[in-house]
Parts: sequence; C-alpha cells; structure tokens
Amino acid sequence: MAAIASRPLLLIRPAVLPGFGLSLGVSSFFITLIILFPVSALFAYSAELSLAQYWQAVTDPRVLASYRVTVSAALYATLASVLIGLLLAWVTVRYDFPGRRLLDTLIDLPFALPTAVAGLTLSVLLAPSGWVGQWFDAVGIKIAYAYPGIVIAMTFTSLPFVVRTLQPVLQDFAKEVEEAARTLGASRTQIFWRVILPTLIPALVTGGAQSFIRSLGEFGAVVMIAGNIPFRTEVSSLMIFVRLQEFEYPAAAAIATVILLTSLLLMFALYVLQGRVLRWQRSAG
Amino acid sequence: MFKQYLRTGLVAAALAASSGVWAQSSPTLLNASYDIARELFAAINPKFTEHWKKKTGQDVKIDQSHAGTSRQAQDIIQGKKVDAVTFNQATDIEILAKRGLVSADWAKKFPNNASPYYSTIAFLVRKGNPKNIKTWDDLVRDDVKLVFPNPKTSGNARYSYLGAWLYANEKFKGNEAQTRDFVAKLLANVENFPTGGRGATVAFAQNNQGDVLLTFESEVINIARGDEFKALGLEVVVPPVSVLAEFPVAVVDKVVDEKGTRALAAEYLNFQYTREIQLLLTSFNYRVHEPTVVKATADKFPAIRLIDPVKVLGPWDKISETHFASGAQLDQLLARRR
Repeated sequence: MAAIASRPLLLIRPAVLPGFGLSLGVSSFFITLIILFPVSALFAYSAELSLAQYWQAVTDPRVLASYRVTVSAALYATLASVLIGLLLAWVTVRYDFPGRRLLDTLIDLPFALPTAVAGLTLSVLLAPSGWVGQWFDAVGIKIAYAYPGIVIAMTFTSLPFVVRTLQPVLQDFAKEVEEAARTLGASRTQIFWRVILPTLIPALVTGGAQSFIRSLGEFGAVVMIAGNIPFRTEVSSLMIFVRLQEFEYPAAAAIATVILLTSLLLMFALYVLQGRVLRWQRSAG
Repeated sequence: MFKQYLRTGLVAAALAASSGVWAQSSPTLLNASYDIARELFAAINPKFTEHWKKKTGQDVKIDQSHAGTSRQAQDIIQGKKVDAVTFNQATDIEILAKRGLVSADWAKKFPNNASPYYSTIAFLVRKGNPKNIKTWDDLVRDDVKLVFPNPKTSGNARYSYLGAWLYANEKFKGNEAQTRDFVAKLLANVENFPTGGRGATVAFAQNNQGDVLLTFESEVINIARGDEFKALGLEVVVPPVSVLAEFPVAVVDKVVDEKGTRALAAEYLNFQYTREIQLLLTSFNYRVHEPTVVKATADKFPAIRLIDPVKVLGPWDKISETHFASGAQLDQLLARRR
C-alpha cells in the first residue's frame, strides 16, 4: 500500500530509479522469462498432438469428471472465501481488540505453509477419527477423503487472497461516509447494501477471482485430503500429474491448457461483469 | 549485438563446464532412489565411502536424491546428472533404457536381475485382525475396505495391482474375464487413493481409513513396528502367495561416461550384494539372496510363494503398455466404478 501511495512521487522524481527505458526493459524481460516462456512451452508441448488427439486428451471421461469436481469445488470454495474473507477483513480493519495483529498475521499462514503439509494436517483434523471430523462422522458426514474435503482445502489455500484485497479498500473507506448515511436516515441494512458493499465490489471480485483461479490449480493440499477416487474426487491437477507419470507430456500439457484458458476466460468475464455492475450502480445511485 | 552476447554466454558456459571437469579430483556420486529409502542409504553410504577409501585411497562423496521413481526417471531424462539409480520398480529403469540413458541389458549387469534385494506386497490390518484377512480373496469381500496409493502415481501400488492380477490369473487358470472381474472388485473396494506411500500410511494408521493397507512387506513391517504407530497394535499379514517385487539398480551410462565415474558407480552397486550390506538390508525388512544371511534371518520372513510378473505377463515395457498406460487395463477397470 505504501508503494502505491508513493508511486506518484516516483514519477515526479524519476532519478530514484534509473531510466524508464531500462526499468521497463528489465520488467518485460522478467515477465517474458517467468510467465510467457513457460506458458508458450505449455502450448508448444500440447501442439505435438493432432487436433483429434488433443480433443481426446481433454475430453477423456475421467478428465471430464475431474473438471466437474474441480470447477464446482472451486466455486463453493470461492463463495466460502468471499464470505469468510469479508468477515475477517471487516473485523481486522474496523475493530481494535487484543490479538488483532496476531489474527492479521495468521491470515497469511496458508501462503507460508507448504500446501501438502496443509492438506495432510487438514486430513488428520477432519478424518472420522480427527478432532473436528469425529463430530461430523457422528452425524454421518464424511469430510476428509470426500468432496467436502476438497472444498475445505481449496478454501484454506485461497482465503488470504480475499482478505488481502479487501483490507486496503476497507481501510481507505471513510467512516464519515457511513456516518453521513446514518444522519440522512439510512437503516443499517441500507448502509451495508447501498453504501458499503458497492465500494467493496471491485475488491471482492478481484479477490474472489484470484481465489477461484488458485483453487482451480491447487494440487498439494487437495490431493492429500481428496481420497482421489476416479470419477468422484479426482481434481484436474491430479489428472495432469497422472499423465506426467505416464510420460504423456503432451496430454498433460493439453489438460493444463484447458485449465489455463478457463482461468483466463473467467477472469475476463469477471472484469467485464464488474464494469457493468459498477456502471449500473452509478446510474442507479 | 545479440551474436556478441551469445558468444560471451558460450564462453562462460564452456568455462563453467571445464571447471567442473577440473574439480573432479575427489569424485562424487549421485544416487537417485525412491522416496522411502532415505534411512536405508543413510546407513549404507558411510560404509561404502569407507570401503572405497580402503580400496583406492580416494575420498568419495555420495549424494542422495529421493523421490517417486517415475519422477526421478523424468528428471534424469531432462538432464539430471545421476550416476546410479536404485529404484523400487523396473518400469522406470526401462524408461531410461528406452531413451538410451541406461544400456538395454541393464538387468544382466548385476546378479539376480540387477536387484540386490526384493520384497513383496503384504497387508497391514487393524489390531486383532477383526475382518480376518488372510489372502487376496478376502480383499474382494463386500465388507472389506482397502487403502493403497494410486497405481498411476506410486510404484508400490503398481505391485499391489499386479499382485491382485497375478493371484486372480492363477486362481482362474488364466481366464481373463474372471481375472478382470476380480481385480475390478478389488479396486472398487479401495476407499482412498492417496498419491504416495506416506499419504496412504497417514490415511490408514492415523485417520482410520479402511480395513487393510496394501504396500511392500518391508513398509508394512516398518509401520507396524515403528515408534510412530506402534501403540495402535497394527498387524502384519503376509499372504501365502504374492507378487515378486524386485528393487533393481542400474548405472546411468550416459552420465558416468560423461563424468568418468563408471568404475565407482559399478562398485557402489556391487557393494549392495556384499554380506555386510545384505544383512543390513534385512534389518530394514527387505528380503535378500545371500544364502548365509537368508538362513540367519529365516524366522523373520514367513515362507511365501512369489510370482514373478515378468514370467507371467512378459517384459516390463509390455506390462506398462497393457496395464498402466493411459486407457489401458487399469484405467478400464477403474472406469467400472462409475
């Protein structure tokens, strides 16, 4: 946040960083190196397949089932992340209480923890014999090694995205606006729906999109808890892993391109939608 | 401009490469092995450096790399400089042989099919064996749930699959339809397909999933007796008939020729056949061939009839093709679960 705030200063005093040309050159070099190269290699690998082979690789029934599992679980996980994330961001920004800083730090834990470790720990916790799992097992709900486990693992690894995108927006959101709304006679629900939420929507959409995409690709945490039963609890990233184990690199790349394109399309769709919503709000307001 | 950069780069690379050659005075050897062999080679390697020092006066440094062996094979194909491989399945050495990294007759280069030790698939069951599991037939019962890693991502699970197949193949006297039904039923009883051995152990022992865990006999004994899960009283069941699981070794020709470490790598692998190491191997619950060691440890390993997959199903590349390739037998049988 500090960096964002100080950026105009940099433009006024360009001497802080050496020449614009050089810095842009270095940035685009690194983007090419760490993003464009691997992505084009991915497409190059899958280009070894003929169109029919490609189609067969990405529409194999088991792979199709894995798309269903992955996308639906990622949707649920995103929904959960957005709701819990909104709450967490709200609590850590708006209230001051002992342990607030600690809570704020803990939010980043899923980023710091190796995801396989997170998955293993969650599976121990949520298994029928685990601390949490036993209560659900008592009423016949299976979490670890079943579909709900996938959703929980995805939620766990993607939650920080939502919290961290929401926090700065909430911090900048002037309390006076809220107070003004109240003095003008708005009820609490009206303030939330008509004043607070609209300001948060862009950040919610960004954070939600990030967490959705992270969930689509999540491997380590999910495979540890999923049970990986074919057609029921196999995620697409596991299918890629399986293809690699079979030394079928092009087929693995083909499935990866599907995930990549889905992510890109969804991101694009979300941003378009977000623009629409904002315009509609402005015209309505 | 670009050309000049390229030239500087090439010179730098050449320098780096030649300095690598100069640094050869005290040789190093990289052994790529499977995941759960960490402790084993941590025990063997100091003995070998001592042996090599006595023999040649040279200090040698042995580096270990541990991962799933399919992953190891991929890394070697992609250029990892591994001198010797000590794997837990032949298929991944075959892959290397197919790409010319290992000689095609690797299995004849060392005794016993180039496998210094072997094991088989055994069953780990809960305390008191409540489901009364004795043989492979018990694994297809409706009331029995199994845990073993995904055969696609784990070497030992491939043996579990082959064990079931070979048992059924014998039972039904080679009738393929009945064999397929048997194996499909067994796969349908699998409650959980973790991606690796460790995940399977946690799922079974710690998280109470399933009635039977299938893995190598050596692992089964380790889990049952190891400190981590000793308190659970898990029991080892060795079926009367099971699959022969050899742990093959090979010198990676392409790398040792480049590094000049052929003699060292060969000696390292031959060293695994000495009486001292064979005895050490049995303390890690592997079965060995050295006759005096076999005799001395006879009470530790129950008698078992082992079926060699290669003798029944043909060479490993054919087994991979008909059973484990994309869309092959295993995939078809798993698809029946739908």
